[in-house]
Amino acid sequence: MRSVLIWGAVAVVGAICWGVLAIARGETISALWLLFAALCSYAIGYRFYSRFITYKVLRADANRATPAERLENGVDFDVTDRRVLFGHHFAAIAGAGPLVGPVLAAQMGYLPGTIWIVVGVIFAGAVQDLTVMFFSMRRNGKSLGQMIREEIGLVGGVAALIAVFAIMIIILAVLALIVVNALAESPWGVWSIGLTIPIALFMGVYLRRLRPGRVLEATGIGVALLLLAIVSGGWIEDSSLGDALTLSKEWLVLALVVYGFVASVLPVWLLLTPRDYLSTFMKIGVIVLLAISLIVARPVLQAEAVTDFAREGTGPVFAGSLFPFVFITIACGALSGFHALISSGTTPKMLAKEGQVRLIGYGGMLMESFVAVSALIAACVIDQGLYFAMNSPAGATGGTVESAAAFVQGLGFDTSAQDLAAASAAVQEDTLISRTGGAPALAVGLAQVFSQAFGGGGQAFWYHFAIMFEALFILTAVDAGTRVGRFMLQDTVGNVWKKFGDLSWRPGNIMASAVVVGLWGSVLYIGVTDPLGGVNQLFPLFGIANQLLAAIALTLCTVLLVKHGKLRYAWVTAIPLAWDLVVTMTASWQKVFSGDPRVGYFTQAQVYRDAQNAGEVLAPATDQGQMDQVIFNSTLNGILQAIFALLTLVVAAHAAVVIMRAIRAGGLPTTEEPAVPSKLVEPAGLFPTAEEKRAIAEHERLVGAGSGRSEAEEQ
Amino acid sequence: MTAALTRAWEGVRWYLREFTGEARWDDYLAHCAEHGHAPMSRYEFERQRTDAAERNPGARCC
Repeated sequence: MRSVLIWGAVAVVGAICWGVLAIARGETISALWLLFAALCSYAIGYRFYSRFITYKVLRADANRATPAERLENGVDFDVTDRRVLFGHHFAAIAGAGPLVGPVLAAQMGYLPGTIWIVVGVIFAGAVQDLTVMFFSMRRNGKSLGQMIREEIGLVGGVAALIAVFAIMIIILAVLALIVVNALAESPWGVWSIGLTIPIALFMGVYLRRLRPGRVLEATGIGVALLLLAIVSGGWIEDSSLGDALTLSKEWLVLALVVYGFVASVLPVWLLLTPRDYLSTFMKIGVIVLLAISLIVARPVLQAEAVTDFAREGTGPVFAGSLFPFVFITIACGALSGFHALISSGTTPKMLAKEGQVRLIGYGGMLMESFVAVSALIAACVIDQGLYFAMNSPAGATGGTVESAAAFVQGLGFDTSAQDLAAASAAVQEDTLISRTGGAPALAVGLAQVFSQAFGGGGQAFWYHFAIMFEALFILTAVDAGTRVGRFMLQDTVGNVWKKFGDLSWRPGNIMASAVVVGLWGSVLYIGVTDPLGGVNQLFPLFGIANQLLAAIALTLCTVLLVKHGKLRYAWVTAIPLAWDLVVTMTASWQKVFSGDPRVGYFTQAQVYRDAQNAGEVLAPATDQGQMDQVIFNSTLNGILQAIFALLTLVVAAHAAVVIMRAIRAGGLPTTEEPAVPSKLVEPAGLFPTAEEKRAIAEHERLVGAGSGRSEAEEQ
Repeated sequence: MTAALTRAWEGVRWYLREFTGEARWDDYLAHCAEHGHAPMSRYEFERQRTDAAERNPGARCC
């Protein structure tokens, strides 16, 4: 009865918030309506839908031992407290994607983005993470690629493997591109991000030699140094060092490529692990800080609910109409294929109880979605003229405050050149015009929210704090991604050339790293020098790639549900799969075949080729060299786009054959490990139920003190 | 009040030590004590742990 009242109240509050958002027209409304609409929806999705999936559809069984319990080795198979594992899993899935995607999608207004982030996560993204994690757990933590090979077949498996690798390269390149755009011509940013390397090295040595294992100490020192690095950037900027650190985009690309290569061949303890501690603590700290600040500052939304760009598809930030491009651009906050790689493999090997997939898989993704909503809010509370001046490519804004002001006034905003100049002065950046990629705009939004919440201005500090925090975990993703890519390459090539697959063979490591870095480095370079704006051109490719990976993961889950004889529940993953396929295939089709040169890559190339043949130079290209560049890049992007879509279709087609076979047979054998009774007594949810508390007390009475591994601090 | 604060602080400390893996050393010492092994040095122990991480880099998402 009490629970009916509570959940009834949550539903009513959520409905009121959504109602306010829906009927607000013209008048400005507080961002908190958005935040609470999302939170109430998450609570209901978690309480009801995730429980249905975990216990009715997947039938998680508390009496069945998890791989961590059966195969415990203290290294990868390791029974981990659910709350700790939640932290690890969240730190692994959360990155820059849910922060920048929603910022870019804000060009369509706050409503389409919010609806997709919330509905998408409840019915698609969190479902994918949960289901993949469950199936991987039932197979001793097999990876996504392995499961596809074994459960769908070799053709699907190989297609998936190539897709995963290619998608990873694109993702790394686009992430690096965001960092480059945030740091270019910003000595303050370059200084503070550059300092993270010596700080991480120091922590590495500290943990290895000086005080082995004292991670908290080392991280505390690291975070303090990091804050010092941000503050000191303000002093450096005006000094003679400032000029030396004002780097062009090309130099930054080179620096990132060299860094990525060195980082991926160095031992992990020296750079990667300590950097990961830093970025994880910064990440969680900033997210908590942001949530508190939003509630304290109660900012007002400046963006419209739905802009004209959503209806007409003529937005300058990214081309294309609301459907399908909002769903592509939001990427990680609502549904992210990349999560399937993390939900299979590492996390399932550490679960103590089967039912914990609900908290960690579904709950972790809800948290990520919350980050995305917060980022969207941050982008929607800044002056929208400034938003468009920052996020439109230089070809559109002209690069100066005067031309940018004229441009945004043309879009219907009354932002003046003085306003734009004042905005960049407030954060002590030379310019904010055409700082595309989403990170700078997010940083401006965060700086505004933080300084509003804590008072006392400090916009410049908060801006660079936000830039630092985004760049820090993008670089961590680049480090780790390059290394994972290297392992994938060595593993795959190792099938034909045994020696290359040996991870301890140094030349193999170096060659594989060079290939991986070379690949993302070239895409990055192409993006940075693209006259049409790298983010404008590459972000859709990144978004579609990520959603295609999700389609592959959801395909696997649907196949497995049918194979397990659960056809009547297959809609749980089949509906998000169908939606995702419609979105990604429409988007891919438009990017490849659209006759609109701003959307279709090949049409774009053709328009520039025709102009070139006629001896003309088309803006924003300024000479024939740039014309060649546009033609080459657009053709390449078009080919990549087509390949991704085809690979996904191959997996889906192969899966359809398997599904038909399984339906006819009423289920098929799978590679699920046989059930072994569990001896562990652990709660499944965040808070133990009364029944679980009794079981834990009983267990401790029988086995004696000292066995309550993780429940010591719980009464 | 003080008791509640102490409990909260203990909880946070416990979480952070578990989260960063620092607590693994305590587990190891307890394990050795239980089985009567002589434990290796902390340096040696952490080295083995980091070297295992070498082969198993946690992917970080976008």
